[in-house]
Amino acid sequence: MQHKVIDTKEVVIRFSGDSGDGMQLTGSLFADASALYGNEVSTFPDFPAEIRAPQGTIAGVSGFQVNIGSGEIRTPGDFCDVLVAMNPAALRANAKWAKPTASIILDSDTFDEKGIKKAGFKTDDPITELKLEDRHIIFAPITSLTKESLKDSGLDPKSILRSKNIFTLGMCYYMFNRPMGTTEEYLDKKFRKKPEIADANKKVLRDGFNYAGNVHAIPNTYKIQPAKLEKGVYRNINGNQATAWGLLAASEKSGIPLFCGSYPITPATSILEELSLRKDLNAKTLQCEDEIAGICTSIGAAYAGNLAVTTTSGPGLSLKSEALGLAVMTELPLVIVDVQRGGPSTGIPTKTEQTDLNQALYGRNGECPIAVIAAHSPSHCFDAAFYSAKFALEHMMPVLLLTEGFLGNGSEPWKIPAMKDYPEIKAPVITDSEEKPFWPFKRDAEKLARRWALPGTPGLEHRVGGLEKNNDGSVSSDPLVHERMVEERAEKVARMANYIPDLEVMGEQTGEVLVVGWGGTHGHLYTAVKELQSEGKSVSLAHFDYIFPLPKNTAEVFSSFKKIIVCELNSGQFANYLRTQHQQFHYHQKNKVQGQPFIVKEIVDAVNAIL
Amino acid sequence: MKYTPQDFKSNQEVKWCPGCGDHAILASVQRAMPEICDALNYTKERFVFVSGIGCSSRFPYYMDTYGFHGIHGRASAIATGVKVANPTLTVWQVTGDGDALAIGGNHFIHAIRRNIDINILLFNNQIYGLTKGQYSPTSKLGMVTKTSPYGTVEHPFNPGALVLGSRGTFFARSIDVELKLTQNIMVESAKHDGTAVTEILVNCVIFNDRTHSQVADKDFRSDRTIVLKHGEPMIYGKNRDKGLILDGNKIKSVIIGENGITEKDLLVHDAQEENPGIHSMLIDMQYPELPVALGVIRAVKDKTYDDNVRDQVIDAREHAQIHNMDELLHSGATWEVK
Repeated sequence: MQHKVIDTKEVVIRFSGDSGDGMQLTGSLFADASALYGNEVSTFPDFPAEIRAPQGTIAGVSGFQVNIGSGEIRTPGDFCDVLVAMNPAALRANAKWAKPTASIILDSDTFDEKGIKKAGFKTDDPITELKLEDRHIIFAPITSLTKESLKDSGLDPKSILRSKNIFTLGMCYYMFNRPMGTTEEYLDKKFRKKPEIADANKKVLRDGFNYAGNVHAIPNTYKIQPAKLEKGVYRNINGNQATAWGLLAASEKSGIPLFCGSYPITPATSILEELSLRKDLNAKTLQCEDEIAGICTSIGAAYAGNLAVTTTSGPGLSLKSEALGLAVMTELPLVIVDVQRGGPSTGIPTKTEQTDLNQALYGRNGECPIAVIAAHSPSHCFDAAFYSAKFALEHMMPVLLLTEGFLGNGSEPWKIPAMKDYPEIKAPVITDSEEKPFWPFKRDAEKLARRWALPGTPGLEHRVGGLEKNNDGSVSSDPLVHERMVEERAEKVARMANYIPDLEVMGEQTGEVLVVGWGGTHGHLYTAVKELQSEGKSVSLAHFDYIFPLPKNTAEVFSSFKKIIVCELNSGQFANYLRTQHQQFHYHQKNKVQGQPFIVKEIVDAVNAIL
Repeated sequence: MKYTPQDFKSNQEVKWCPGCGDHAILASVQRAMPEICDALNYTKERFVFVSGIGCSSRFPYYMDTYGFHGIHGRASAIATGVKVANPTLTVWQVTGDGDALAIGGNHFIHAIRRNIDINILLFNNQIYGLTKGQYSPTSKLGMVTKTSPYGTVEHPFNPGALVLGSRGTFFARSIDVELKLTQNIMVESAKHDGTAVTEILVNCVIFNDRTHSQVADKDFRSDRTIVLKHGEPMIYGKNRDKGLILDGNKIKSVIIGENGITEKDLLVHDAQEENPGIHSMLIDMQYPELPVALGVIRAVKDKTYDDNVRDQVIDAREHAQIHNMDELLHSGATWEVK
């Protein structure tokens, strides 16, 4: 077979295997190595909710897709150029993602009668059954080669088997001309206390690399030049880590210690884990008995003067609803992070969706407006969290930050920002007041924010709570007082619009079609719109980070286009919201509720259909 | 600076029903505050009163301190957040039997399990008052209420047993009308490091009048209750002639001087004993078999949540590799594009 080196701008690789096969790690290591090499990278972990579903079954298949390129990479890619399948079930579950030109690496040891049957194939020939005959199939005896590689390592058979993902990774490093240094460093660090395991894995990695180079089974290898990135120091970051760090950054900028009361929930848990590490930065975390305690401890902490945060996903947000109202009523700063997942109820917990928007906007009793901000990429979670905290602290109100499983677990290279470039955060903390006794709900004229008198401050003793109150803090059920306070709380949120940036348009500022999106679909919409623009079509993109309130120039932007199409991963929640806010426009829709991100082509087709 | 009870009275009109036991507790707490400030060198602004929902939960409005009137059942969680955010505050939670043991049961037991340094005043009137008379988790089996017209078919909680089950370090009991006893317990509660739960038997004059009268009525209270004092023999009765002994593995009431029983045979109260065995029996004592135990039943030393957090923070900051955000952002694997 003729060996070809393909110079390409972009390659998508999908790793798949059993939940226990370590595919998430393999994919992450490959992504890290590529980022360090200088490529642009976007990742998409796609795994089941079960930790270890029955081995070899479709239910247990875990996938990790990486897109690497020398140009702009905004999505993890729709279809893959290379599919790694560690068993027949992984092949069966993922074959549909392989491009017609794809190479498919299979562990031939797992393709025995038993394995093929367990995966649910009807025949003993999975390749024909899946109509993959035209693909480059690379059958490699990965399990037995790993065993052979480590037979003298002294490791027990279980540990040896566990290294087969690293063998595969070595093969991929050969295939994509990746340096292995970062992975070797990672292994040394991870197994610092067990150097024999680190050495074994490094050996397997090299053996995989050499095997791929020796057998001539690999038809093509790929060369992806480093991307032309802006100068600076870079790191990889996933959305949940960026969210945690953005909150910590706000704590530093405001000089107010961070408190996070939370309860573990997929896919938000790693924010709590990340914050738990940061006692060195004076952050306190409390893993509560339930979601309600998560938000209620945070409300207590906010009352006592901390930058309070609670993190959750859709079902947890439902449980927190009543307490959200308490935060609105007591006018305390609080950041609620909802890493959205597929619902309703338990739904599909490890899959991504944008279906909590209605809940974020409306899911409470009474007139209960809460500012809503959305993050649009893994690294943007940092800024989105920072500004959520800034608005909460400066405007004295809860702010709800929507991210998505796709962002929280996805990662990308990120040019590390400098904290000096971020604005100060000035919370309206007071130590004295003119009026005695202190009026807790007296407001400033511009933001309508109340002042924050912290317990422990002499002379400012006051009471807050869920009952309606007058501005002096006295409980009141006077009809006119209630109505005025309702209006003041709503107006406070509305005035946030005076402090947020204008909506930007990517592309021509007027034209035929405006693609509208929000949150984590940004990469796919951006890529689709770029593609349409390159074909000379009059299509632009307006992507919303600020959901409630909307940017003040929203109507102006909308009126510059003949057609508007709102694309989102739900049944049309943002489109319907826009219909209530800006009724004068007609909104087309492109919706998807499959627990999966958009495919670029879906957007392109939807836009072409109305052009 | 010396405070008086007046310093702790807010300008808000007290809106409990006339004759409600809550009035007496408010007076006891307001009287205890100056004493607590004296004993522990506290200033008024350090007090935070947190409550949930129910009649008793209006309490913070009547105290001229920092106060937070929360939502139903969540007072323990809110109080926990206040205390963790600022451990120098002295945090008091006021709650009822519905608020703490029904809707808020989970938060209640977990606060105790963590041994967070807050003081919980549990007003137990064995009824839902603010919703006008439905049975609560402490209502007696068979009690007729609006939602149990044929009598309840549920067994009640004993709050003290829940405290012990959660490995609680402090439990005391009083009666609304025992103003001085409540006041003294408040001081002991303040002095205790960790979650201090005080159950106060309260009369609801409207919906559950005289629910505790079998033991609380003045005429026979001293014969049907025993006020426990650490280090003192368990003696009670109007004439101080009754006592408690351990008979096998059960507590038994005896008459001093009868059957050769002398004061030396009586149990001596040890609130500081870590083993909850005797405390459990004391908490469970019920009239008519035995007197109802009042006073500080259990007060044992253990590490508090606050202590543990503080120790971890100090340790983490001493050994910190990361001192600010810029360092954090650059930690781990990074690369430079030139």
